[in-house]
Amino acid sequence: MSFVQEAMQAVMKKAIALAPDGWIPGGHPDPLMREKHGLIGASISRIDGPLKVAGQARFAAEFPMEGLTYAALRHSTIARGRIVSLDTTQAEAAPGVVLVMTHLNAPRLKPTPPFGSKPQAAGGDDVPVMQDDRIHWNGQPVAVVLAETQDQADHAQSLIRVQYEVQGGVTSLDAARAQGPEPGKFQGELLKVEIKDAEALFAAAPVKVDAVYRTPPHNHNPIELHAATLAWEGDELRVHDATQAVAHAAWTLSQVFDIKEAQVHVTSPFVGGGFGSKTLWQHQILAAAAARLAGRPVRIVVSREGVFRIVGGRALTEQRVAIGAQQDGGFDAIIHTGLTVMTPHNAMTEPFIVATRSAYAAKSFKLEVDTVKLNMVANTFMRAPGEAVGTFALESAIDELAAELGMDPIALRSRNEPEQDPTNGLPFSQRGVEQAWKTGAERFGWETRNATPGATRDGDWLVGVGCATATYPYYRMAGGAARIILDRTGRAVVEIAAHEMGMGTATAHTQVVAERLGLSLDQVEFRYGDTAFPGLVLAGGSQQTASIGSAVIVAHRTLVTELLKLAGNDSPLAGLKPDEVGGLDGGLCKLDEPGRCESYASILARAQRETLTVEGEAPPPLELQHWSMHSHGAMFCEVRVNAITGETRVSRFLGSFDCGRILNAKTAASQFRGGIIMGLGLALMEDAQFDERTGRIMNPSLAEYHVPVHMDVPEIEVMWTDEPDPHAPMGARGIGEIGITGVGAAVANAVFNATGKRVRDLPITLDKLL
Amino acid sequence: MRLTINGRQVEADVDVRTSLLDLLRDHLGLPGTKKGCNQGACGACTVLADGERINSCLALAVQYDGREVTTIEGVGAPGALHPLQRAFVEHDGFQCGYCTPGQICSAIGMAAELERGLPSYVTGDLDAETIELTHDELRERMSGNLCRCGAYNGIVDAIRETFGQIAEDAGKREAA
Repeated sequence: MSFVQEAMQAVMKKAIALAPDGWIPGGHPDPLMREKHGLIGASISRIDGPLKVAGQARFAAEFPMEGLTYAALRHSTIARGRIVSLDTTQAEAAPGVVLVMTHLNAPRLKPTPPFGSKPQAAGGDDVPVMQDDRIHWNGQPVAVVLAETQDQADHAQSLIRVQYEVQGGVTSLDAARAQGPEPGKFQGELLKVEIKDAEALFAAAPVKVDAVYRTPPHNHNPIELHAATLAWEGDELRVHDATQAVAHAAWTLSQVFDIKEAQVHVTSPFVGGGFGSKTLWQHQILAAAAARLAGRPVRIVVSREGVFRIVGGRALTEQRVAIGAQQDGGFDAIIHTGLTVMTPHNAMTEPFIVATRSAYAAKSFKLEVDTVKLNMVANTFMRAPGEAVGTFALESAIDELAAELGMDPIALRSRNEPEQDPTNGLPFSQRGVEQAWKTGAERFGWETRNATPGATRDGDWLVGVGCATATYPYYRMAGGAARIILDRTGRAVVEIAAHEMGMGTATAHTQVVAERLGLSLDQVEFRYGDTAFPGLVLAGGSQQTASIGSAVIVAHRTLVTELLKLAGNDSPLAGLKPDEVGGLDGGLCKLDEPGRCESYASILARAQRETLTVEGEAPPPLELQHWSMHSHGAMFCEVRVNAITGETRVSRFLGSFDCGRILNAKTAASQFRGGIIMGLGLALMEDAQFDERTGRIMNPSLAEYHVPVHMDVPEIEVMWTDEPDPHAPMGARGIGEIGITGVGAAVANAVFNATGKRVRDLPITLDKLL
Repeated sequence: MRLTINGRQVEADVDVRTSLLDLLRDHLGLPGTKKGCNQGACGACTVLADGERINSCLALAVQYDGREVTTIEGVGAPGALHPLQRAFVEHDGFQCGYCTPGQICSAIGMAAELERGLPSYVTGDLDAETIELTHDELRERMSGNLCRCGAYNGIVDAIRETFGQIAEDAGKREAA
């Protein structure tokens, strides 16, 4: 970016910050956020529940196609170099084989636009997909086999003979560090904050902590394997994908195959978990290329090992947190710096300082992320990128400082509660972290804890409790759009290219639309997961709810305007303006005169219309630069650590959240718990082990990459303030990711309280406690 | 080969390498049984073979010639759900729904094991006449079924609500 562009951007940012609230999206609170007794917040079972429990929900690999072939991938075994020879004769001669595709016969493809290069881009990296003999990471696909059955394809790929020439490659952290770090960027902004001289204030502070915290690489591991069933229909590509970004996938595929976006039709009605991983990786591109070459439809189901090889995860981090404080606990300096790894072919930095930018007040800050580059599969977004691992370091350090000061860690946090955003100066849109702490502590029984480490024992088990702050921002990305179709029977259909990976999107937004229009749940159909619908809506950054909500608000306003026009002078609504009416009992009513109504059915019938269709596009997300918008949680954990074996068991967990309005109490509780459970994995077991000699992930299976199982998970209590954010659609800030934040530290702090041992390297395995 | 799936006689002619899972999903049009790892580590492919829960990805289809297999499609359908399926919906025992068929088939198999008095790793008294479906017994016995969305609390609640009486009922039969 040029100096002039940067200066212009700075001016714009200042102007948005200083603009009157009313000019900003969210400046006029969404009237729905105050509805206390309707569908908003109701505990409603998932509308797709019966389909899912009966095995009738169709996932990407389950759509039938005539003449289907099955794909298998062959992965490279070196991290960097070139293919010297490829012998596919045996594979081609194997029974049932339809095609063996390598760089020698693959169709010519354009480079994949990686995430962040364009708003619609969805590629994990920009490495040419099977276009040449170059190898960029250990696990890169070097061949695709299509066969009549999966068994035939799997066997045939094993018959391919590949010889490589290794050419350098950086596969160890030390070697990467020796090449020199580069500044990290996230969402186009440098990951660097400096306010006053933090190092000097830290040095002069009377009480201080200063330590390095390490987190290993993680893999999302949704239980549904990455998969697609696709076919070319003439020049059009039809893809049943497992994706959290249908519109992004379609656009990106159109770029790769050099066709129009409208020629790619992607649908994804059900996604078996994503957590950031279900975007566009090489497998969909390779399957589409092979389908074109073979002239047959293709189903590709990446193996579990293959998912580790071609789908990136969360990168490792090495973080220094140093806090200098006065004796009363007031922070003089917060230093949070360190490094993370990425690859030469992607732009994703694990932004571990983002939570620290707004969590606490301090006189000075020094926050910075450096990156070094490894030859590995491109790392990517994984649930709460930045916050999940950043809060482990920050909230562990807060606990260490509290111990140093002899202060209660909750009181220390409260002592440093900021009045405005401590690093950008913006006012908070709504912040109820203190309330979350208060109600959570009461419920958990925090006051009964023994603050002395290692002092509570139950037989062979050392018992301890710990706490930490959870935090995740409100996001809304540009591109939200929605279509509403109202018909003469008074039913409404909403169409938007959004996603259901288990968050409860379909259910929650059916509730929201029904409430907004004044309809019952069974009068509303929420259609999603199809590029035939409007919107560029990523199910990521916990922003999908805001993106859908803001688009529906605009579409709804157009709907009301059109309805008032259609109603005309013979309606009880004659002469009213859109702001004066709202949806109630299947029609529009004057807000301050509930008897003055006309039903949708009546308006459309009088106007002799079968349906009324409107579309709306969400405004640009300027609210993000006008307010500091963040959710919080107070996390409480009780652990039992075996004094003989060092085994840690989590016996109690409570999360108390402040995330704005909760739209569906049942699905929200599941979202919070699910995040917390992934956080227990991060704390105690998850570790994608990277062989620094070969650059190969050594535990690419669910048998060796451990995730929490039933026995690892206690009953998890969740609660929330339900205080609306006046500047977010529906008053809701998004809840998909906050659950995983703070958990690592809450567990580590509980382990310290139980044992007196401070573990700063995740995961907290038993060897670290013996 | 001929086998009975969900009460229906099925004839199939497949590669000897074909797993029971692939037979169901790719050849018989029964994709309700899920593939999550294809190596016996996640439990998403759990089905009932002659009433016992197995990982269908680790079973060769030809081994099941002449046997009875129940998949999620045979447990219950929307509109006629099994009580356990209804309890999963009520207790939100899933999010994405992908591990769900395996969790449900596994829980049905587990309940039968408990009724037969089969002990688990956490059973205190191996000679006990009846084993109570405690929180630990349930979690231990279901630990072969992974749920990455983390719906474990809801799954446990749904299973306890549906099968929680089993241990007691078995005890009553003994007494009578």
